[in-house]
Amino acid sequence: MTHHDMQLSRRAALAGMAGLVIGVCLPGAAIAQSGAARAFRGSDPAAAAFAPNAFVRVGSDDTVTVLIKHIEFGQGPFTGLATLVAEEMDADWSKVRAEHAPSNADLYKNFAFGAQGTGGSTAMANSYEQMRKAGATARAMLVAAAAAAWRVPAGEITVEKGVLRHASGREGRFGEFAEAAARLAVPADVPLKDPSAFRLIGREGAVRRLDSAIKANGSAQFTIDIREPGMLTVLVARPPRFGGNVASFDATATRAVAGVVDVKQIPSGVAVYAQGFWPAAKGRDLLRVTWDEQAAERRSSAQLIEEYRALAQRPGTLASAKGDAQAALRGADRVIEAEFVFPYLAHAPMEPLDGYLQWDGERALARLGSQLQTGDHMTIAGILGLTPDKVEVETMLAGGSFGRRAQQDMHFAAELAAVAKAIGPGRAVKLMWTREDDIRGGHYRSLFVHRLRGGLRGGKIVAWASTSVGQSILQGSPFEAMIKDGIDPTSVEGANELPYEIADFRCDLHTTQVGVPVLWWRSVGHSHTGYAVECFIDELLEQAGQDPVTGRLALMNGAPRAAGVLRAVAELAKWSGPGPRDGRARGVAVVESFDSFIAQIAEVSVGNGGEPRVHKVWCAVDCGVAVNPDVIRAQMEGGIGFGLGHALFAEVELDQGRPVPANFDTYRSLRIHEMPDVEVTVVRSTEKPTGVGEPGVPPIGPAVANAMARLGLGRPRRLPIVRGAV
Amino acid sequence: MPKFDVKVNSRIHAVDVDADTPLLWVLRDSIGLTGTKFGCGVAQCGACTVFIDGRPLRSCSLPVSAVGSADVTTIEGVSGREAEAVQRAWATRDVPQCGYCQSGQVMSAVALLRRIPKPGDRDIDLAMNGNICRCATYVRIRAAIKDAATTLGG
Repeated sequence: MTHHDMQLSRRAALAGMAGLVIGVCLPGAAIAQSGAARAFRGSDPAAAAFAPNAFVRVGSDDTVTVLIKHIEFGQGPFTGLATLVAEEMDADWSKVRAEHAPSNADLYKNFAFGAQGTGGSTAMANSYEQMRKAGATARAMLVAAAAAAWRVPAGEITVEKGVLRHASGREGRFGEFAEAAARLAVPADVPLKDPSAFRLIGREGAVRRLDSAIKANGSAQFTIDIREPGMLTVLVARPPRFGGNVASFDATATRAVAGVVDVKQIPSGVAVYAQGFWPAAKGRDLLRVTWDEQAAERRSSAQLIEEYRALAQRPGTLASAKGDAQAALRGADRVIEAEFVFPYLAHAPMEPLDGYLQWDGERALARLGSQLQTGDHMTIAGILGLTPDKVEVETMLAGGSFGRRAQQDMHFAAELAAVAKAIGPGRAVKLMWTREDDIRGGHYRSLFVHRLRGGLRGGKIVAWASTSVGQSILQGSPFEAMIKDGIDPTSVEGANELPYEIADFRCDLHTTQVGVPVLWWRSVGHSHTGYAVECFIDELLEQAGQDPVTGRLALMNGAPRAAGVLRAVAELAKWSGPGPRDGRARGVAVVESFDSFIAQIAEVSVGNGGEPRVHKVWCAVDCGVAVNPDVIRAQMEGGIGFGLGHALFAEVELDQGRPVPANFDTYRSLRIHEMPDVEVTVVRSTEKPTGVGEPGVPPIGPAVANAMARLGLGRPRRLPIVRGAV
Repeated sequence: MPKFDVKVNSRIHAVDVDADTPLLWVLRDSIGLTGTKFGCGVAQCGACTVFIDGRPLRSCSLPVSAVGSADVTTIEGVSGREAEAVQRAWATRDVPQCGYCQSGQVMSAVALLRRIPKPGDRDIDLAMNGNICRCATYVRIRAAIKDAATTLGG
């Protein structure tokens, strides 16, 4: 997702949630609101003696619990946001816990969206000041309580690792002053630390992740792990083509399966309710459903690609322009043209979509890996016919997302509510998607074609024109207001502005209408534009006889931070040209996305069966202030692996509208023996922190492709690079 | 429904399920051991890895009727010096991201170290390439296995 307001949703949220709004000075209410959050508890959850605001609780046992408004599915907001609070509090990290905040848009909105939700790599950027302030306020109140008890000026009290001290020799732990602090008025505008005083933020090794141990011993609780008395497991049979509907169904054989409890038609298909997963799966297999496919999408991927390629031959709606690219192309010595084809991609998070809902007809509790809590909350309330104050949404740890859980149409929350509604109040349900449901279930990264033309004159790149063709993520969604002048910004981000100075430039777009639901996928538009742009600039530089690094840098006077990471990665990799040497070539790419700057160099050889083998990747990242350097490194490693696996292997091909792959046997995922060694340098910066969840993804594909070109394999124009191999 | 006595983590559980029910769902739905995860259902991703008489197997594709009197060990019951070393290394290296596949990764890693105390990269590739991590924590998985081997004196 990108940084734009969910204005409509926000208005709905605020209008509907009046009953839930609690003041930041009402600790009792804050505790009650978050009582359902179970991800991490302090040693004594009842001992939340002091809750100065909606984000911090201090127990009499010294535990500092930080409520995290962003979902934790791997990118580290539990650790990162808790670090901000602990820094300003001078808390003892070993006493710090994190848990998900409840759904409450007023208290926990993402400032980039105006509603509660996570995406666009915004968690750190929109929380940096807020969480530090929450911590500083808590610290000031604990200090004030100690000052009153000791009858000394507050200014004479120091705090270190959760211990308050005065020169008189008095000292006490946070927990000892928690109750007294809770009785004080909340101060306004508590000053924040000067960055030079940071002990945790940006300090290498100062904090470890809060969730590593529980994820190494199986005790972390995900949605799939929810078990409640009487709960039914639900699987839904959905149409094999997008846009299909149930015409009729026969559930006789399904109902004969031991453990199957009921079968109901719902808007998205036919739901099978059972005592556990296995009877639900067997029962679903035995359903005989006749589908009405009159409105269904029946085109194959090959057909769509041909249509898109034809469209790309003529200019689309203008997204951005400088000078006159057409004239400059006409006046060029040489015009180079390239067409890139990007397939539909599934997100395939390790934990397929799932959710739990209990509803007694008057109140509902939903527990799921909710990425857009406000939207999920309103959707569930709407379908169950409840006012939002009668609905609670508890955010669970989730087994990955990569965008899949942030749905512009809230289709999963809608299906969860529909499943509960169809069987009626009093039956708790756990709706599960199987891997096949996931990979064949749509909401893909859009299929895109990019046609690029570049003009060279006198060894210089003088013109650049790009035409993009693909579906809009935002069209027809609550986010439609983000579309300006016919341009969905998520379709052209990364293509409409380059870090390179080229005098005459044009970027245009054809938005296509296809009945396949599409969704943002880790790094969104940059997942395809980054590849097209970075392959094409590399090709132009090669044709102009320039080095991939110095050639780029010569064009980057207007992009100092992008140039900075490119220089940093060249230094890290001891760049001395692309090679090849000893059968290995190096390719480079640099992409800005989500306000972070990443450059990568990949070292590649030709491996078994002609597949490219990526040995090593060097990565430089500038994401502003590096709050948790090791979390940043982890996101670069993971982003590289995610980007590489999809660039090499992944495609959801449609055959007459039906998705071909169904599981990891046909939707190939990167495995450990295909993972390169990764070395990351985090560039020092005093800029405001920006995201790291997505920006590691875009550069790796083109870096590998650019190395392949130097191995004589060319830059692949049709992804995935290794096609048809599983 | 038939009744099966399944020995899990040294305890015998009597379960009433169809004979074709995969062990994974017996563990998760009947017994309530949810540390073992569902990722694919077709033995492709390894999230459901458990030990059957000490050997790592994919519980999603093993019918309960085939388990017989074998000892089943899950992430909740895995113990011993290799398990301790692996889990400590996982936490020290901050291996997990979303964490969902990590029960299976840990089980495969423990099995590897029990078999080969000082595994090389090739051993790690062979033992671990049945375990998919969509977060791609592979760099740290490899490093943590080597850390664990070092602490075990391998």
